[in-house]
Amino acid sequence: MPRWFYQLASPRWCYQITGKLLPGFSIAALFLIVGGTIWGLAFAPPDYQQGNSFRIIYLHVPTAYMAQSIYITMAIAGAIGLIWKMKVADMVAKCCAPIGASLAILALATGAIWGKPTWGSWWVWDARLTSMLILLFLYFGIMALNSAIESESTAAQSTAILALVGLVNIPIIQYSVDWWNTLHQPSTFKITEKPAMPPEMWIPLLILVIGFYCFFAVTLMMRLRNEILRRERRTSWVRELLMQQRG
Amino acid sequence: MSFDSFSDFLAMGGHAFYVWSCFALGLVVMLGNVIAPMLERKKLISEQLRRIRREEAKS
Amino acid sequence: MNAQRKQRLTLVLLIVFGSSIAVALVAYALSQNINLFYSPSQISMGEAPADTRIRAGGIVVEGSIRRDPSSLKVEFDITDYAHSTTVQYVGILPDLFREGQGIVAQGALDGSGRLIASEVLAKHDENYMSPEIAAALEAAGQMPHMPPTAGKGY
Repeated sequence: MPRWFYQLASPRWCYQITGKLLPGFSIAALFLIVGGTIWGLAFAPPDYQQGNSFRIIYLHVPTAYMAQSIYITMAIAGAIGLIWKMKVADMVAKCCAPIGASLAILALATGAIWGKPTWGSWWVWDARLTSMLILLFLYFGIMALNSAIESESTAAQSTAILALVGLVNIPIIQYSVDWWNTLHQPSTFKITEKPAMPPEMWIPLLILVIGFYCFFAVTLMMRLRNEILRRERRTSWVRELLMQQRG
Repeated sequence: MSFDSFSDFLAMGGHAFYVWSCFALGLVVMLGNVIAPMLERKKLISEQLRRIRREEAKS
Repeated sequence: MNAQRKQRLTLVLLIVFGSSIAVALVAYALSQNINLFYSPSQISMGEAPADTRIRAGGIVVEGSIRRDPSSLKVEFDITDYAHSTTVQYVGILPDLFREGQGIVAQGALDGSGRLIASEVLAKHDENYMSPEIAAALEAAGQMPHMPPTAGKGY
């Protein structure tokens, strides 16, 4: 494995590097999200069918993508923690869960609110909506396990296994609209084709998706730093750091 | 601008409730995700400093 | 990678693939129930049970909307471009309802294969466009059409 992989394993090194990355990512997230939102809300044209309710896409699509991407991140971090017994990987996985859960709730809520004026219903049990709800339950299960199990290493192991078992849900969410008859429409962004909307509509959407990835990086790093301080509180480098805070 | 006036912008063509409730919810969740770790950090640091002071006082 | 880590990696892969196979089997067994709605072809081939609450989905056939002038009763046909089914509904239809639009109706089939609907929902596809672009495409006859069911291309 390359050297940087083992460097990542040091909580102290992670704390230092996240400290350097936070300002840049925070500024990027702020500009991209605020800029993208203003563009999408005020400057993008309304949809010929849905009118202005279509603007909910600018929150619904980014949060839905994030809820899934964060889950994948959590599962990979959990797997790395399982295989290499790396504490930092366990910490990353643990910190991902509440962020992913809150964005999943946001995706489901904005979807329901969008569905009422367009479809005519807040909710249907089609494959896409149901699998997204399952994603939220997986997040809750992982968070519950983390708080229920006292030993940090056992908690990390159990939550990593649960995350990996649920990983198959992600392709189901993605392809549910292609494999089965659903009310939810096919995906907005497809890897091979350009989106079926004009640039004035999809460029702010892309800006927001990137902005949300930056936002995830920021909140993850903030939580990770807290977790590192907590677990390493008895080390001398943390002690020195705290003394600096006091002074 | 896709709207003729600011009040048109707020009205969202009749869909004001749906659009604005979504974005209000979004703002709350995003702010919560940033504020929660900030508060947690403050709490952690002050707890640990108290612990260090206690240990120093004992020794 | 040393032997112990290789072992754990194998365990991780086993977990992922094992759960994938389990879920794939469940999805296959439930496939009829995972579909939100029956297509008109399925209904005409008798795959949908009569006298039970089901959902039917398809594209509203041009010129098939028949409204009762004295009540909110409306009848229209839906198609998947192979077969069509008649839907009868009493009530206010969703804003997006119109000819050529996909809909999903919930109700029960009567003896003659007609769906007496208690709920009609409008589908929309992933094509978004401004009113100006839409008008231009309509005029040029190039408006993209919705596929009626999953897996069908444009």
